[in-house]
Amino acid sequence: MLARLKSALLAGLAAALLGLPLLGFRLTDSATGLSLALRPWWVAAAFGVVMAGRFVMDGLRLPDIQFQAPHDIRRQAGLGLTLFAALLPLLPFAGRNVVDMATMVLIYVMLGWGLNIVVGLAGLLDLGFVAFYAVGAYSYALFAQYFHLSFWICLPLAGMLAALFGLVLGFPVLRLRGDYLAIVTLGFGEMIRQVLLNWQSLTGGPRGLSGIPRPTLFGVTFTPEARVIFLYYVILGLALMVNLLALRLRRLPIGRAWEALREDEIACRSLGLNPTLLKLSAFATGAMCAGLAGSFFATRQGFISPESFTFMESAVILAIVVLGGMGSQIGIVLAAVLLVGLPEWFREFQQYRMLAFGIVMVLIMLWRPSGLLSARAPSIRLGPAP
Amino acid sequence: MEYFLQQVINGVTLGGIYGLIAIGYTMVYGIIGMINFAHGEVYMLGAFTALIAFLAATLLGGADSALGLAIALVATMGFTALWGWAIERVAYRRLRKAPRLAPLISAIGMSVVLQNFVQVTQGARVKPLPPVVHGGFTLMQAGTFKVDLSWLQIGILLLTLALMAGFTWVITKTPLGRAQRATQQDAKMAALLGIDVDRVISTTFVIGAALAGVAGLMVTLYYGVIDFYIGFLAGIKAFTAAVLGGIGSLPGAMLGGLLIGLIEALWSGYFSIEYKDIAAFSVLILVLLFRPSGLLGRPDVEKV
Repeated sequence: MLARLKSALLAGLAAALLGLPLLGFRLTDSATGLSLALRPWWVAAAFGVVMAGRFVMDGLRLPDIQFQAPHDIRRQAGLGLTLFAALLPLLPFAGRNVVDMATMVLIYVMLGWGLNIVVGLAGLLDLGFVAFYAVGAYSYALFAQYFHLSFWICLPLAGMLAALFGLVLGFPVLRLRGDYLAIVTLGFGEMIRQVLLNWQSLTGGPRGLSGIPRPTLFGVTFTPEARVIFLYYVILGLALMVNLLALRLRRLPIGRAWEALREDEIACRSLGLNPTLLKLSAFATGAMCAGLAGSFFATRQGFISPESFTFMESAVILAIVVLGGMGSQIGIVLAAVLLVGLPEWFREFQQYRMLAFGIVMVLIMLWRPSGLLSARAPSIRLGPAP
Repeated sequence: MEYFLQQVINGVTLGGIYGLIAIGYTMVYGIIGMINFAHGEVYMLGAFTALIAFLAATLLGGADSALGLAIALVATMGFTALWGWAIERVAYRRLRKAPRLAPLISAIGMSVVLQNFVQVTQGARVKPLPPVVHGGFTLMQAGTFKVDLSWLQIGILLLTLALMAGFTWVITKTPLGRAQRATQQDAKMAALLGIDVDRVISTTFVIGAALAGVAGLMVTLYYGVIDFYIGFLAGIKAFTAAVLGGIGSLPGAMLGGLLIGLIEALWSGYFSIEYKDIAAFSVLILVLLFRPSGLLGRPDVEKV
């Protein structure tokens, strides 16, 4: 007990000291330039909160349960979730806001499943995934603006264009391993954003593109109320398609080769697999999924600007994949609900929302370093698992 | 020629700042093999702490600006060092043996936390600071164009050089530096030989953070405006500098920082200022393609 108190006291003191400059003083604008305001209570609050938090955390032993559900239970859970998602707009509590929010979550589920092909299956760390999302969104907006093509024609075009970008960007960098690859993809993501910001004549620069046409169904247009539900079903269909793609690919020789590549690149190469080709195909497949999601995003918002495609988006998507436990499709859904759905709910606390988001990200990683649902083992192996 | 010289002066100043941040990346990567994504935010914290400490010293204490700067320097180094220690203790230490992605995600989370912490506590508006160090001298004059070297730039360069020299001395000559290098080569063996590995790693974070804090102070004075978002781009560029010089190598980080600063200044001077960030990233990609181990790094041999 005494030790616990002491450790809590130390943690509180450390927090108070850490926060001293930024919590204790507030920079304010005044007539003569910047001025300072004192606010000692904030430091005291930090001391109190951290001390109490540490005291509680020390007493609390978080259960280290393995959520290793057997295969058929996972399957049933998946079916149940799909059914629930399909019926959601019909349920009594589901007003326009709920369906709208569910659409947002589903976009991230789809992006997560797409990125999972790259990160979870092939083991390539991609920090610039949002680049392909942006390519998809801008290609739909521009096709619609200049060639008056409909959403359904642009959708596959946007997917192909994003995949092409994946090939072009991936080709020079895929010789790199691990963290280097991560940093280069991050650089690519930023480069695409900078181009979108600065190529004003084509992309509208920071003002973005607006008046993007809404989708129709065989020529039928929708009222705003019906459109929310229509869009929801479109993204549900797209997301399920990506899910099916990922599940099927996993059983094809290429999916197995990806998993082998993730486990050991050198062994892969000595068995005659071509790592460059494998990496490129994984990169392009993931990019295609992001492109599809991007053009859906553009048609849903009706307005896009480079603001929507910052590194934060890539980080959120990667966090969804990793928190979900790489390779687990249901885990990604859970993580997307947790990271996107819940913060959307607390929109009023705009400022504190991202702060809480970051804290949750760190805490989940500390609690379960290999994700909420534990990471997936290779789909096929010789002999019993070690 | 005069124009070129002016850009080189600006570039070298900027390069020194990047180099100081890059040291933190390169040391942490060298010792535990992770990209400390929150390092850019430590630099941003340093910029804010410097601004607050300077204002507090001059407004509340009535000190003149030279004394104010000295107080700001000491306070900034102290507080960012503490932040570096705390970040490692809270977000990374427990993940030493976790899967490779876990510390990276935790670091990204930490970076989000720090950015938004500053936004919540200090507001999202840009914070301006009127120039504190005035004057300088003209090196050359050609017609109406003058090549200026301000006292501030000289100060930044001298301080950077002094810090880098001191730091190199610590790493090459002191017992602490020896322990640090040993841990970098083989942490398990170092532990067997009686080195407190956890402590060495903590010290690495503390030193790296203090250097990034100084860089933050310099940027506050040099540009005169800061906001809560400056850490991200500076962080990526400094990491680019570390990779360019060869990650894990100290002289490499300094050289890389200098090159990135020069490229950025010359590119904005001669081509377009909008695409200066793209220039820096293109350099990173080219280097990784043709010399993946960086300019001064050792090639990374994978053993089976």
